Amino acid sequence: MPVSIDFPISKLKSFGVTALVLIGIGLLAYELPDILGKQVLNPEQHVTTVIWTGSVYSLFALGYALVFSILGVLNLSHSAVFMWGGYIGVMSVIRYDIPIYYTLPLAMLGGGLIGVAVDLVAFAPLRRRNAPRISQLISSLGASAVLVSLAQLEFGTSPERFPRTELKKLPYEATKAREYTVNSLGLDFRITPLQIAIIVIAFALMFLLQYLVARTRTGKAMRVVAFNQKVAGLLSISVGGIFRLTFFLAGALAGAAGVLYALAYPSLTPFTGDEMALKGLTVIVLGGLGSIRGAVLGGILVAAFEVYATAIGYSWLKDALPFVALFLILLFRPQGLLGEANVKRA
Amino acid sequence: MRSKNLFLAFVLVAVLALPMSVKAQDGGERPLIGAWDTCADPTNLSGDVKVGLAFAQSEAAAIYGVSQQQAAELAIAEINESGYLGGATLVAVTEDAGSTPETAISAFTNLVGEDVSAIIGPTLSNQAMAADPVAFGTERQDAGDPLVPVIGVSNTRTGMETDFATSYGDGGNYFRRVSLPESKVIPGTVAQVVDILGIETVGIMYSDNDQFTASAYDVFVSALEELGVDVVATETFATGDVDFTSQLTNIIAADPDAIVVSALAAEIVPLLEQARSQLGYEGPIIGGNGFNAPGIASEDKGAGTDANGVIVGGAWNVARQNEISTAFTTKYEEEYGTPADQFAVQAYTGTWVVATAIRCADSADPADVLEALAATADFETPLGTFSFDEDGLPEHEPVAQIIKDGQYLLLTEESAAEVFGN
Repeated sequence: MPVSIDFPISKLKSFGVTALVLIGIGLLAYELPDILGKQVLNPEQHVTTVIWTGSVYSLFALGYALVFSILGVLNLSHSAVFMWGGYIGVMSVIRYDIPIYYTLPLAMLGGGLIGVAVDLVAFAPLRRRNAPRISQLISSLGASAVLVSLAQLEFGTSPERFPRTELKKLPYEATKAREYTVNSLGLDFRITPLQIAIIVIAFALMFLLQYLVARTRTGKAMRVVAFNQKVAGLLSISVGGIFRLTFFLAGALAGAAGVLYALAYPSLTPFTGDEMALKGLTVIVLGGLGSIRGAVLGGILVAAFEVYATAIGYSWLKDALPFVALFLILLFRPQGLLGEANVKRA
Repeated sequence: MRSKNLFLAFVLVAVLALPMSVKAQDGGERPLIGAWDTCADPTNLSGDVKVGLAFAQSEAAAIYGVSQQQAAELAIAEINESGYLGGATLVAVTEDAGSTPETAISAFTNLVGEDVSAIIGPTLSNQAMAADPVAFGTERQDAGDPLVPVIGVSNTRTGMETDFATSYGDGGNYFRRVSLPESKVIPGTVAQVVDILGIETVGIMYSDNDQFTASAYDVFVSALEELGVDVVATETFATGDVDFTSQLTNIIAADPDAIVVSALAAEIVPLLEQARSQLGYEGPIIGGNGFNAPGIASEDKGAGTDANGVIVGGAWNVARQNEISTAFTTKYEEEYGTPADQFAVQAYTGTWVVATAIRCADSADPADVLEALAATADFETPLGTFSFDEDGLPEHEPVAQIIKDGQYLLLTEESAAEVFGN
């Protein structure tokens, strides 16, 4: 089981792979419409869509990657925590008149606490009994079902959203797109300040996580636990504490992604997480299980596949294309683009 | 002393109750709707007559189903209070049909087990295609069980009658609906839009994994073709999608005079916001029946002003009400605190149509109810004068509407100019 946490391959190699993948896909994307006799209209607008939806996918998928890297198991309740993050944000505005600005930290805190609760209820008891990882996987699936049912009970099933009236109070008419034209490059695209904010927040959180894991003592402790729990114990590292911290961080990322999603799309339901779950899993397998940079690359790639299918006139292929890519990756590079095959390292 | 007081109290209660019982025997206040004169008061009906209500009370379609359930319950209360079924009481047996074919099948299975005289519902067309045969399909026919009439009140997919007749023979006749199929609403709406706005090209977006939206797409295409309107772009998406920006980017880049959208309610709000606020499209958006969902244009939960310029055909409009409709909508708002929408009006009408069939048949037997149901003609309802035509299709006058600031206005040159500013 690959229990490496980030840097599964060297920095240089990962940048190389990333660049190669992006160039390859770029070339293919450029040539394919000609080959198929199709025309991509307004490609720069499609690229804008890829960047901002991809950033939300990446942020969401990081939680999966983080837990997998430390525990070597997938937490399938992550999508439900994401959905709850969205509801914490939306409901704190609707029910308690809390300004939208505070919803992000609130949802991160709420998501983090739910993540810890999931660990205490669904994972920790099984870990204590040395239960196989498949049991933990199934247990997390159960936790997901419970969280979705609780949301149904509390919020109903009609789509909820941040009230338009509240969104309109945001500065710079945040929900209204501006048109940007770069004459020298012949580019013309529209983006809302809110979408720009979503991209900035998502990437900032991803960089923060990367910094935490790679540069801090806590991050080192996490990497030791990921390498070997017994060694971590010998080094007086609180393994249980690291597990809970991991779940808190993953939950906080899910909470943040949930709020950003709810800000972007006016249709939050208790089942919102289900579709994201599938996307998130595709993202981390594409990028490389347990790799932070892999999750970022995977998120952008999944968004790119979805958008590109539509851009070249095959919108019916939109949901299938990421899975075709997933299939190819599993066939030719099962460890994912930036993952490393079955090598344990600290 | 105590027994004297008790006696006085008893006399007082009896005196007070006297006028009430007289009024109840008289049938209470008579609603404006009902075949009071064309069918005599039933004499054979007694006890409870059960009718199944199978609307979406959960998941995505609950956005329609909750108001349907409320309207049907209000109709049943009126029917019983007015003594419309003589000595019998109409009893609603309610099952949550959810929003998927599977949940609707489960609801229908429970309802036919309750020996209901008819079933009203389910909410979505694709649910109806899967669940309605539980009431009249091959399995029931083979078992020799009585077939149960099903009355759709919001199923608007084209060709349901012929599909059921082809698959289940005479059993297929047990399907009736008061909701106009898209084949009757869309052509009229498109013709008015072309006439009033002078549209020559359109881009079309539709959900291709839902029977209702896909059948509406077919009707749109043939209506547009008949009117000589060019389709310059076609894009699809799946029910449950939330991001339509890439499809809209393609369509807007093709520069059509209008965008035609066939989608369910849950997809409509994000689609409208993305088209208007994010991608800056300001032209007309012509929608299928999903755009009649309540709240689409509300400022808080809906698309607000981003819904301005949406044109949708419908069965009913608040701006074109008869006195039966006004009486219902007033009562509905008093009862539930929210304005009635088209789905509520249709559910109310459907419940009264069923009750009228029971009254006119003077029987709760499903086969008798069906016979009376099929004979429904010139019945005054909130939707207008309602009949089933010779093919069993519902008939009443549809209405084309345009959304402006949350209101569904009748589509006219003036209202269009008001919205598009020319």
